[in-house]
Amino acid sequence: MNRDASKGFWRQGEPFVWATGTALSITLIIMAILLVVVMVNGLGVFWPKSVAEATFNDGAVALGEFQKDSKNNETGEEEFQFKTANRDLDPQMQDFHWYYRKNLKGEFRYPTDVIVMERMENGNFIGYIKEIKAVNVESIKGETDASRLRDAIAKTHARYESEVGTILDKTSGLADDLQNIRYAILKVKYDSEQIQLGKRSGVQAELDRLGAEMKKLVAEEERIKETSDELVKEQELYESALRKNSVIMADSAGRTKEIPLVDIVRIYQPNNMGYPAKVWHYISKVFELLTADPRESNTEGGLFPAIFGTIMLIFLMAFTSFPLGVMAGIYLREYAKDGVMVRLVRIAVNNLAGIPSIVYGIFGLGFFVYQVGGTLDSWIYPERVAAGVSTFGTGGIIWASMTLGLLTVPVVIVSVEEALGAIPMGVREGSLALGATKFQTLVRVLLPMASPGIMTGFILAMARAAGEVAPLMITGVVKLAPTLPIDWKFPFGFDRKFMHLGFHIYDIGFQSPNVEAAKPMVYITTLLLLLIVLAMTSVAIVLRNKMRKRYQIRSI
Amino acid sequence: METKTAVDSEPIIKTSNVCLFYGESQALFDVSVDFPGNMVTALIGPSGCGKSTFLRCMNRMNDLVDGVRITGSLQLDGHEINDPTLDVIDLRRKVGMVFQKPNPFPKSIYENVVYGLRIAGVNDRDTLDSAVENSLKRAALWDEVKDRLHVSALGLSGGQHQRLCIARAIAVQPEVILMDEPCSALDPRSTARIEDLIGELRGDYTIIIVTHNMQQAARVSDYTAFLYEGLLVEFGATKQLFTNPEKKETEDYITGRFG
Repeated sequence: MNRDASKGFWRQGEPFVWATGTALSITLIIMAILLVVVMVNGLGVFWPKSVAEATFNDGAVALGEFQKDSKNNETGEEEFQFKTANRDLDPQMQDFHWYYRKNLKGEFRYPTDVIVMERMENGNFIGYIKEIKAVNVESIKGETDASRLRDAIAKTHARYESEVGTILDKTSGLADDLQNIRYAILKVKYDSEQIQLGKRSGVQAELDRLGAEMKKLVAEEERIKETSDELVKEQELYESALRKNSVIMADSAGRTKEIPLVDIVRIYQPNNMGYPAKVWHYISKVFELLTADPRESNTEGGLFPAIFGTIMLIFLMAFTSFPLGVMAGIYLREYAKDGVMVRLVRIAVNNLAGIPSIVYGIFGLGFFVYQVGGTLDSWIYPERVAAGVSTFGTGGIIWASMTLGLLTVPVVIVSVEEALGAIPMGVREGSLALGATKFQTLVRVLLPMASPGIMTGFILAMARAAGEVAPLMITGVVKLAPTLPIDWKFPFGFDRKFMHLGFHIYDIGFQSPNVEAAKPMVYITTLLLLLIVLAMTSVAIVLRNKMRKRYQIRSI
Repeated sequence: METKTAVDSEPIIKTSNVCLFYGESQALFDVSVDFPGNMVTALIGPSGCGKSTFLRCMNRMNDLVDGVRITGSLQLDGHEINDPTLDVIDLRRKVGMVFQKPNPFPKSIYENVVYGLRIAGVNDRDTLDSAVENSLKRAALWDEVKDRLHVSALGLSGGQHQRLCIARAIAVQPEVILMDEPCSALDPRSTARIEDLIGELRGDYTIIIVTHNMQQAARVSDYTAFLYEGLLVEFGATKQLFTNPEKKETEDYITGRFG
């Protein structure tokens, strides 16, 4: 009986079911671990951590956010890590410190009046308020020191915005004007050189006109420079006045530090915050992440330029890859005569997906950037080329997206081909038998029917493109790009270098001078990249399902 | 093989000595049939005898197959069908086709019916509306779908699909309708409806129907051609062919001794 049952177990193929099931489970578990690690570490970053005060046997006191327990590698003794911040007061310039458990006297204490201060530079400050020096802001209000400080910071920032902010707007506008004038000067110089060299026909009158224009431009340049210098002086004046508003902070050892209020981003008292206050803090940090520029060599602040760059890159990629891939797929399936050549092309297209992406990157650099970009430069901006200035002939978002387009085009071709191939012959015949041309059949019947499959190809292509970093590194991505790669006038900013979340992960995770401080940002950036890919593909999947419902042939 | 000319009606499609080759192998051998106008002609024969291939010669659907070569003459209204200068699109508008497997487009019922008109450039709302109503009425589908013309055609049943395909073929007002085993994928009730429909269309359209079903051929057709292994064995009035066949092979086939 028993033996029969076990025989049946083997004969019915039960072990194979188990093996396949196990394989699937392993894959799912690993994926789940990855997601959970990213989520747990990423989502928790902005939650305000309590600040603990540790007193040691020798009387020393440490103040910091408790990180983790561990065992020392050499001594094997228990130790724990604090994020003590206050990098500028530490002799080793460190934000994180390890302490032995055995030296600890008593339990951690959580003093309620501890202030965590996010600063423009030198990372956070953890300590106590000693004295607020607000000399030229209106009377500051507040019952506690913390709320008075918060009020003083808000008022200082408001004044900074109204005084320095407007100047900064003007100077950045002037910088643009200056750039344009310099290009214009280059052009006039180049034009008159060409005429003088006899490479272009022109008379003395023309030369005179150019000379006069040159004088005007140079005068204008001089004027802008002067205005700009004046503004900078004015800005310095305002700033130095505002910087007199400061707070003197003390750390746990009693060392003091004077911090100008304009350098403070925000303060909070983690040990004195209720649940709603923490939620509010969290939301405002997320908002900062999504809208602000990075600070402190990308380890703090927001990610807006990187988010923008990533999304824009994928959109530009779609503009090159999707039309090209759809057209090529249609030709391959519907028009090309089946034969050795078509089969070879098909094999080649399928294998293109296996080429390492860095190879695409190198091709993009050589072909798009240097060849196409260089040629464009010599056509459109010969004067800049003569002066050694590259516009298109250097890495930029347009070339990076075209490189990615090239990388994803095989995915699109294959899916278009498969989607068209899956349509029953009868549907084509039905249309042709009614007197439709091949083109009409394609546009009116086949493409709508193939659209869900084509969308699948788009989704795969977008996901692949969003995850690529290597080819971008040599075609235009940079670690910090203050100007977004978009503009209203030609070339619409497409020639600009850009930031990208994937590269950001690599940059802050492995290239940052302060890896420990950058770690939370790595998780946050990873999470954000995953969410963006997820959002984009979800939209595409919803669209695809709608199309599928509409166009799917029910089997009869 | 001698040509059997229909007796009481002027032929609309004349074929003589049609040979068809798929690459090296020959599928039709000197087939000559004159199809009488406004009558129903059935093509019968065992599987692989070339009847579908022959049918598809008449609207040049064989063009879609690589390596097909046709010799001999096929004429519609005196014009050579295989003439390379002939407008295939025009030909297919005159010679409509209904396939073995219903193949509605993934569009609304309305758009399915007007598909042929739309691709011909007709976009006048009234013309299209009346074409839809007339075609669906002729295809005996109007009463079932008149309230949901703009709903996807894919939701209809198999029998309704096939009638929709017939309506779609009628909408462009062809002279000839080719039917390639139109009932083989349908249940008996739907088959009966399609057969009734063929009876109603008879007189207005020339119908050439390929069928495996001997009873069906006997029921619906005026003339019958029996093909066997690419050869035309016998062609004549259905009644005569089924009651008093001239050839031994025909008798064997229709009495079920082979095939």
